[in-house]
Amino acid sequence: MADPVTFIAQWLRDYLTNLGLASEWISVIMAALGVVVLASAVLLVDIFLVWVERKVVARFQDRLGPNRLGPFGLFQPIADVIKLLIKEDITPQGADKFVYNLAPILALATVIMLWAVIPISATVAGSTINVGALYIVAVGAIGTLSIIMAGWASHNKYALLGAFRMVAQMISYEVPMVIAILIPVILAKSMTLTDIVESQSVWYIVLAPIAAIVFLIGAQAELGRAPFDLSEAESEIVAGFHIEYTGMKFGLFYAGELLHAMTFGGLFATFFLGGWRGWGAETYPILGIGYFFIKAMFMYWVIMWIKYSFPRVRIDQMLNFCWKFLTPLILTVLSITAIMDKLLTGVPYWIYVLAMLLMNLVVLYFVYRTVGSYARKERQKVADPAKVRVNFPVKASTTPTQVS
Amino acid sequence: MIPLSWYLIFAAALFSIGLFGVLSRKNAVAILMGVELMLNAVNVNLIAFWRYLSFETMAGQVFAVIVFAVAASEVAVGLALVISVYRRRQSIVADDINLLKY
Amino acid sequence: MMSPLQVIFILVSAITLGAALMVVTTRNMVRAALWLVLALFGVAILFVLLEAGFFAVAQVIIYIGAIAILMIFAIMLTRRIAQDPGPQINSTWPLAAVIALAIFGLIVLFIQGWDKTMSTPPALPDGFAPLSDLGVALVSANQYLIPFEVASILLLAALIGAIIIAWDRK
Repeated sequence: MADPVTFIAQWLRDYLTNLGLASEWISVIMAALGVVVLASAVLLVDIFLVWVERKVVARFQDRLGPNRLGPFGLFQPIADVIKLLIKEDITPQGADKFVYNLAPILALATVIMLWAVIPISATVAGSTINVGALYIVAVGAIGTLSIIMAGWASHNKYALLGAFRMVAQMISYEVPMVIAILIPVILAKSMTLTDIVESQSVWYIVLAPIAAIVFLIGAQAELGRAPFDLSEAESEIVAGFHIEYTGMKFGLFYAGELLHAMTFGGLFATFFLGGWRGWGAETYPILGIGYFFIKAMFMYWVIMWIKYSFPRVRIDQMLNFCWKFLTPLILTVLSITAIMDKLLTGVPYWIYVLAMLLMNLVVLYFVYRTVGSYARKERQKVADPAKVRVNFPVKASTTPTQVS
Repeated sequence: MIPLSWYLIFAAALFSIGLFGVLSRKNAVAILMGVELMLNAVNVNLIAFWRYLSFETMAGQVFAVIVFAVAASEVAVGLALVISVYRRRQSIVADDINLLKY
Repeated sequence: MMSPLQVIFILVSAITLGAALMVVTTRNMVRAALWLVLALFGVAILFVLLEAGFFAVAQVIIYIGAIAILMIFAIMLTRRIAQDPGPQINSTWPLAAVIALAIFGLIVLFIQGWDKTMSTPPALPDGFAPLSDLGVALVSANQYLIPFEVASILLLAALIGAIIIAWDRK
């Protein structure tokens, strides 16, 4: 009984075979069942995440958070769901009804689709397609589409502005994030996520710390969380692309956002923290599930930590940071990693690990120097503003003031 | 299993629909959409031929990769042209854009 | 009885063709772009059926993630046209329909007369890795290195060209 999941699957397969079904239809049924079980499990975790998020926010802001309903306020999400369900469901005038209703469903569905390729334990992985890393990027593209659909269909200029901002941000930050994913792919020599996890006898955060940091920043921006929450800057565009949504439709966006954050935690764990790997996880795959969720939850906590610690950046700062800093940096690291990987074929693994770590540290040192001098220059600019020439005629009768 | 002819007929239908779009739409962006459908039909054919007739050689897949690259650059330049024309003429109806020099 | 794959193929191709028809006939341009997304997604599923997973994923990334979103942006930037209430199809559309149907008929005629069409796909051998083979083929000097490099130069030229054309010089 080391692995109950495989056991149950085998039992079901035998049961269906005894019913006399053709083998190819059995695989169809098994695949459909797998989808249903995985998606429902993920959604159940999602309900729990509402409580986690609120509790953690409260702690960061020195509050208690939900604590009335059930032990530690654990039943609070259920009350939230009931509240959202009985709220009035408003469709704005002039909205494109079909697209308007489709957008929140798509927003949540794309997040659930990400779980199809994440290996949860040694034996449980939705699918082991050979382009798993690219699949994640592709699903993210559909998520972008759902946002632009919501913004356009709402027939509201704030929604459209929010959607434009969000899409510009997501498309920009996709570039460094995808390249950051490519570095574990080079190290593991496979795009299958199960292979990437299995090859991490040393966690890739040791071999590729820069890629891990860039991936984390990219994830933060993809999620639209502070410091990159321009898409819902309350003082400028009220709530962003989901301003018109009420009730459970808003709930779907909210649930999708929470689950997306947790999913990025899981992806970070898969790419850089060894996924389900841990003590005894090979012999007892059920342990791997625990390890995976501990790592994923830790990274989810880190994402929340960043969100509630940093102020919002301006849109030009956000785009400059992506295109002028992150993208060149990660491209450099990618090419150096590829060259080093080729040069280091045949050396013992510990030398390989050390060399990669050293390379990353050297690059980090240069980045530190460059960013430091840039910051000094910027501070100088603020401290000593350039004199502005004023061109309007100054009347002779008024007392001359210093024009600077 | 699925016969090759199904893929070919599907691709032919998609190509014809795209061609109809290119020939009949007024809006320049819509014409680009028709071109995209036609390129997709070609890609379906390339991949189907690769899978059914010569999966040992990579020619079909390489061609499909290059079609992707061409489609991406075509859309980038095409939409840039559309926006540039719109800025000068306030119109992107293909029939109105009948002067080479303005 | 049909196999599950055949059922999937018929469903997907019917949806894709329907979506493609909507693309070329819908009056509202944003909706046409969304139908285009559905059609492109259907093609991606057909790539999965053809055991070319890389192309399915690349299709979604390039077409839906980049091209379709770029088109939606372009439609919204040229907004006056997107809300044009008049017919979006020009007066010679019957001729266009005739040409399209004729080409479709001709191709079907050719396919009917070709003897290789009714084959089932040959089984892929064990350990066959089309992805790495494709990667090697694209950068091998004796295979497709030059087309690959030409494609990359084309992309670079398109990138620069698009920026220069769309640049607002004011």
